[in-house]
Amino acid sequence: MSVDINEMKHGSKMKGTVSKLRIIVGRDLLHANAGRAVENRALLDKNRVVAVNLISSPGSGKTTLLEKTAELLRGKMSIGVVVGDLYTARDAQRIERAGVTAVQINTAGLCHLTADMVGRALQEMPLARLDILFVENVGNLVCPAAFDLGEHVKVALLSVTEGIDKPAKYPGIFREAAATVISKADLLPYTDFDLPACLGEMRQINGGQQVFVTSARSGQGLDRWCHWLGQLAGDNLPPVEAGGSYTGGTGG
Amino acid sequence: MHELSLIHALIDTVVQSARENGITKVTKVKLVVGESHGALPDALQFAFDILTVDTVCAGAELAIEKNALLLKCRECAREFHPEGYLFCCPGCGVSNAALVKGNELYVEYFEGE
Repeated sequence: MSVDINEMKHGSKMKGTVSKLRIIVGRDLLHANAGRAVENRALLDKNRVVAVNLISSPGSGKTTLLEKTAELLRGKMSIGVVVGDLYTARDAQRIERAGVTAVQINTAGLCHLTADMVGRALQEMPLARLDILFVENVGNLVCPAAFDLGEHVKVALLSVTEGIDKPAKYPGIFREAAATVISKADLLPYTDFDLPACLGEMRQINGGQQVFVTSARSGQGLDRWCHWLGQLAGDNLPPVEAGGSYTGGTGG
Repeated sequence: MHELSLIHALIDTVVQSARENGITKVTKVKLVVGESHGALPDALQFAFDILTVDTVCAGAELAIEKNALLLKCRECAREFHPEGYLFCCPGCGVSNAALVKGNELYVEYFEGE
């Protein structure tokens, strides 16, 4: 995690008071990240761009979902992608081949993206002409959930080949997600994945979220997913003055 | 999970504030951690011991206060402590709750001389 020393100094001056030898601090340790996230959200709001933070295990199909989404939204909405990986620019290259502006962030080993990294990537994005910005987070179900990047919604992916236990084992991200995309549904007949049981458990973990059962290969469920994205970008354009999170809603 | 980076941020905060307040030796740091962060006290202590070497915090006591999760049901407004990983309301059974407490992560105070 990067820490902005200048912000730190500013904050502690504001909140620190001397009481004998006990110094009251009372400031959030993720303060630097939270501050940068607020800046990112303000920049996105100013450009009327909705940002979606895509979080899942490695190999669940984030890049493939984005390739297919770009295909389906072509001519309807303009999308951009910030891609986070430990190393290589392979995912950004794949997404660019789908005709989408992509900026790769290499974290060089760090297990999640931070608001500062995304903020720097936003400088390279043509925000004025985008409707939706996807942030493809580092493949990891734990750490990315803790870092606000300035997004408007978090979306979790769960692939059929991972089994149905992931939401129960890693509830943090599934609880915070406005939507979960179940991917690789074309493989359902070849696995023991119990879809009704999975959907039941997801409802217990987060009853307010949207769930999309999809297959990028067959196209199943992608229309509903794209429709939801359209609502997010169109009906719910973020107000200029404030960010805030969408919490799901009833449509889709 | 991020115990090392959390403690790194904690030490940066305390070192900075100690300098501003003319403190040359920190004897105790009080940290408040909400349950939602899943930070393990042993791992926090381990990171603290390692990262405070050669700082004004070296040898200081790390006091950790853990705050349990407290939720409020968005359907029936009941407040409850969740059991396990399910956030179902014990009143109405719906799983759609907002976090009231348990998301804290801050240095409350430090002591020094």
